[in-house]
Amino acid sequence: MNDLSHVIVTENLTKIYDEGAIPVKAVNNVNLKVDQGEFTALVGPSGSGKTTLLNLIGGLDKPTSGNVWVDGKNLNTLKKNQLIDFRLHNIGFVFQAYNLIPVLTARENIEFVMLLQKASKKERSQRVLELLKEVGLEDKMNNRPDELSGGQQQRVAVARALASKPKFVLADEPTANLDSKTAANLLDIMGKLNHEEGITFIFSTHDQRVIDRAHRVVTLVDGAIYKDEITAAPSDHMKPV
Amino acid sequence: MLFQIAWKNIWRNKTRSLLVMGSVAIGLWVGAFMMAYAFGMIDQRLQDAVKNEISHFQMHHPEFERDNEVKYFLQEGSQMLREIQADDRVQAATGRVVINGMVSSANSSTGGKFIGIMPESEDAVTGLKDKLTQGNYLDNETRNKVIIGEKLADKLKVRLRSKIVLTFQDSTGNILAGAFRIIGLYKTYNSLYDETNIFVRGADIGRLVNLPGEFHEIAALVHEPETLDTIVHELNTKYPQAKTEDWKEIAPEISLMIESFDQYMVIFLIIILLALSFGIINTMLMAVLERVREIGMLMAIGMNKIKLFVMISLETICLVIAAAPIGMLLGYFTVQYLGETGMDLSAVYDEGYAAYGFKSFIYPKLEDIYYIRITIMVIVTALLASIYPAITAIRLDPLKAIRKI
Repeated sequence: MNDLSHVIVTENLTKIYDEGAIPVKAVNNVNLKVDQGEFTALVGPSGSGKTTLLNLIGGLDKPTSGNVWVDGKNLNTLKKNQLIDFRLHNIGFVFQAYNLIPVLTARENIEFVMLLQKASKKERSQRVLELLKEVGLEDKMNNRPDELSGGQQQRVAVARALASKPKFVLADEPTANLDSKTAANLLDIMGKLNHEEGITFIFSTHDQRVIDRAHRVVTLVDGAIYKDEITAAPSDHMKPV
Repeated sequence: MLFQIAWKNIWRNKTRSLLVMGSVAIGLWVGAFMMAYAFGMIDQRLQDAVKNEISHFQMHHPEFERDNEVKYFLQEGSQMLREIQADDRVQAATGRVVINGMVSSANSSTGGKFIGIMPESEDAVTGLKDKLTQGNYLDNETRNKVIIGEKLADKLKVRLRSKIVLTFQDSTGNILAGAFRIIGLYKTYNSLYDETNIFVRGADIGRLVNLPGEFHEIAALVHEPETLDTIVHELNTKYPQAKTEDWKEIAPEISLMIESFDQYMVIFLIIILLALSFGIINTMLMAVLERVREIGMLMAIGMNKIKLFVMISLETICLVIAAAPIGMLLGYFTVQYLGETGMDLSAVYDEGYAAYGFKSFIYPKLEDIYYIRITIMVIVTALLASIYPAITAIRLDPLKAIRKI
């Protein structure tokens, strides 16, 4: 399947963990299509396969069977090094635990991805400033992660995820470690980026605050899609490219 | 950027990094100093051997070296000696009668090398007079006097003015014996030399073996050691009846010691660096394993394995290269300082060193090339030590690494 109308397509995607005595089907025959500009939440109880599905879509894990197509490219056909390069240029990641580089400042953390992409100095400094402004951290650009609050760190992580101009951002429980106010603030920022710049976000989450803001909620149970519902209409420019 | 991150990463755990850097610096400091100490010792051994024992070059009858028989004296030795002494490039030269035999006292006897010397020119070549600890030097007036080493005097249980008997063969193979009175005792830094070499007047012993005015050996010092090869070559051409050899040929063990010393030092340094590299690998491995999650994140967001490898390697290299100049500078200044003042180890090692012909006063010295060599070896060590931690890092599975708490 090479459907270019969708940014992400999963085809009979299955992941079985065979490490213990009993094989565990973490993702079970999932067929999912995500369009450009979606603000989608993958929800479900613990162990339902949200994070595994996110990892498969992000090329961090290999499926047992089935395929993941990102922008028409089958991730199964890519070798390890090609996958790393593919992630660098196409996918942004936001992790639950922020995972910033502790020895770098906020500005350097954001710039780091662009350095890996070999972007020019001018391009880097321009984009970093833009992103810092977007996430409201211009005044904290020279602070290191340990000098930032959890919310601020997660905002830097969002900016870092966007620095490479990815096709979509995968966020694994991004608000799990944040208080209500900070979580709301982060969701405002991501909502704004989605609304104004058409950036595609896919979350795995338990958090009702995220679910409430999502335009599409995909519920997983035992690794399979239990429910897939559109809860709000995406803005005009979020329609498929 | 990778360099910047690598450098910053080093300082995440200051104590640990400083400890490793300290061990690298101290290792190199000690390494450089020990090399300088050993080289100083070897150099002094060479200088002393040349000055006191073998001179820059010696001439013998071609057969004399193989078979120290009295009959193998230098043909026209006196003429040769005069000509050599007249050479501007030669600092001093002397002729010797050299006979192996037995030396006996009332109490004991032992083998010895009887050296019949020309007192004045011998002193100019070997400085024998300065080595006297008791009594007087040989002169041209009194006959059958002898100077022996303190060590030999102890062995024979004799002292100044005691009589000893020298027994040897003459040029025709007859056994001869002569009684000599000890007029002086000498001591060098080489106890074996002191125990063996017995100095008498060349005229006395030459007369006894029926070789008046002849020499078995001509020994000479040159002004410029660089001219030695040329002089030796010229003398070998000019006097085909004699074999002229430089100090390397006369004392190949010293030459070998100097030449093989380079290799010993390299091995010594490799051992130090090997020990250091295990410390470095351990530290860097800890640093990698503490950052599994972060490394997983880096791979997840698109840092490829080559860049990751380079980053971890750079951390190791930075750690070592930051410490190496400190160690080298400490080593350099220590060597420079002690090279000037010298190290007096006589209170601890006097006897031990003397047994091997070494002085107990050492002037450490190390040529600049060795500092460069050490630096190169340190860089190579750092590169090698960086491989294992870097491989450990790139082998991490990003997914598992991110999950690790």
